[in-house]
Amino acid sequence: MSEGAAAQVVEEIFRREAGRVLASLIRLLGDFDLAEEAQQEAFAAALEQWPLHGTPENPCAWLISTGRNKAIDRIRRDILFRTKIAGEIGAAESDFDLALDAADEEIFGDDRLRLIFTCCHPALNQEAQIALTLREVCGLSTQAVARAFLTSEETMAQRLVRAKKKIRDAGIPYETPDPSVLEHRIEGVLAVVYGVFTEGYAATVGARLIDVELCEEAIRLGRLLNALLSDHAGVMGLLALMLLHDARRASRISNTGDVVLLENQDRSQWDRQQISEGLALVDRSLSVRGQVSSYAVQAAIAALHVRAEDGRATDWPQIVGLYEVLLRLQPTPVVELNHAVAVSMVDGPARALDLIDSLAARGRVTQYHLLHAARGRLLQTLGRINEAREAYSAALSTAMLEPERRFLAARIAAIQGICEAPVSG
Amino acid sequence: MNYLLLIYTNEAELMGLGETALQKVSGEYVDFTKSIVQAGNFKAGDRLKPVSSASTVRVRNGKTAITDGPFAETREQLGGYYLIEAKNLDEATAIAARVPGARFGSIEVRPVWPMT
Repeated sequence: MSEGAAAQVVEEIFRREAGRVLASLIRLLGDFDLAEEAQQEAFAAALEQWPLHGTPENPCAWLISTGRNKAIDRIRRDILFRTKIAGEIGAAESDFDLALDAADEEIFGDDRLRLIFTCCHPALNQEAQIALTLREVCGLSTQAVARAFLTSEETMAQRLVRAKKKIRDAGIPYETPDPSVLEHRIEGVLAVVYGVFTEGYAATVGARLIDVELCEEAIRLGRLLNALLSDHAGVMGLLALMLLHDARRASRISNTGDVVLLENQDRSQWDRQQISEGLALVDRSLSVRGQVSSYAVQAAIAALHVRAEDGRATDWPQIVGLYEVLLRLQPTPVVELNHAVAVSMVDGPARALDLIDSLAARGRVTQYHLLHAARGRLLQTLGRINEAREAYSAALSTAMLEPERRFLAARIAAIQGICEAPVSG
Repeated sequence: MNYLLLIYTNEAELMGLGETALQKVSGEYVDFTKSIVQAGNFKAGDRLKPVSSASTVRVRNGKTAITDGPFAETREQLGGYYLIEAKNLDEATAIAARVPGARFGSIEVRPVWPMT
């Protein structure tokens, strides 16, 4: 094999297997930094040796075992350097051998799951959980993670160092949690994956509306979890939700980067294959006995939207019903707001306005731009133009995303046009 | 690994519970302590006398200052501790969740940093 061809093979395997190799090395070595170095050294060794000796039969196992040996060499050097007893090396070595003998597909999968649970451990703050997952499980560079958080590479590197130090110092295990807390811990993992997705799908600040890389990473994580924890209602529900939202990605922004509302989206641009995969997962999730996942309910709502031929054909009464189920599972202001918007499609804007005003009166969401935007829209429909303009202005003053700000400014300008036009017949 | 479980509760609220309720909590602590002794996790543990009995010592410029009360006024006060041995944070937090005070106060779980 030529050197170029071999390099291509290594690169291909790196793209596919880097995550698995790292996860197993972290378990074997019990240390993130040591494992990252070992992973790099193993791939460097592959670039050197595979062109000469051919690609090994099981490249993944080769990489893990090479990485492990490199790390042992390193530990040995360090230990000799510190003139400690050689007995420690022997003990460490036999542990590694024992563990690797059993290295097969199943163990690799388990290692990735262990790593996900470690990165999403509730003893880490959620921002750290998301950053660690992107870095260690998805294999994003520190720079890419920093970009996702709109922070500098240096700040992100420090944050990752702190998180790894907490894992080491506090004794956060590399383990799949005990069955008694497994459900709760899976919820935490799903929150992290959904956090990655929403930051990609509906960024909260900045110039871009959608960060495709984050959406794709979140979906990849969802697929990985679905492969590792089969037939879990929450996992299937979340994956379905992400697939159904993401299927509409292309139609959500115009060529100029502006917001396109659902009813105006070009449905021919929707990814039909992703939609049918999502729809099947919603059904499977909702048919798991005894578990209703809030993600699945949200996915069922998204499914009703994508199943409809156009905005008017949408089954709004059923959507209202699903939001009522969701409100019981997840009584948050955001769900309440979405429920009210759905109600406006069934019972009209006046009833929905009452619901939103009651939500606003409870004072928890006055800084939430979508609440003001929804109010503006309902008021406009009711012909209360001046109040509508005030609501849009309130939305504009709290929105931080450029395309949303442009959208709101356009709404205000349109109303201005109505007000200033001469009154005729 | 060794972990220190620091039990924080609101002293005033706890004292206001009444004799019967306090005795019940006390019994729960006895049972809990027995269970972690039997499981081999227990290394040490005690309750502390109320914050009103606390004194704080500082040495500044070679001078010792002793003041009444704890370093800071907080809603919850340190009321007791356990020193436990656990295989990792998951085991330590599972034990912490069984401390009776976790139901009305909070348990801070701190890994012990050996001196050597």
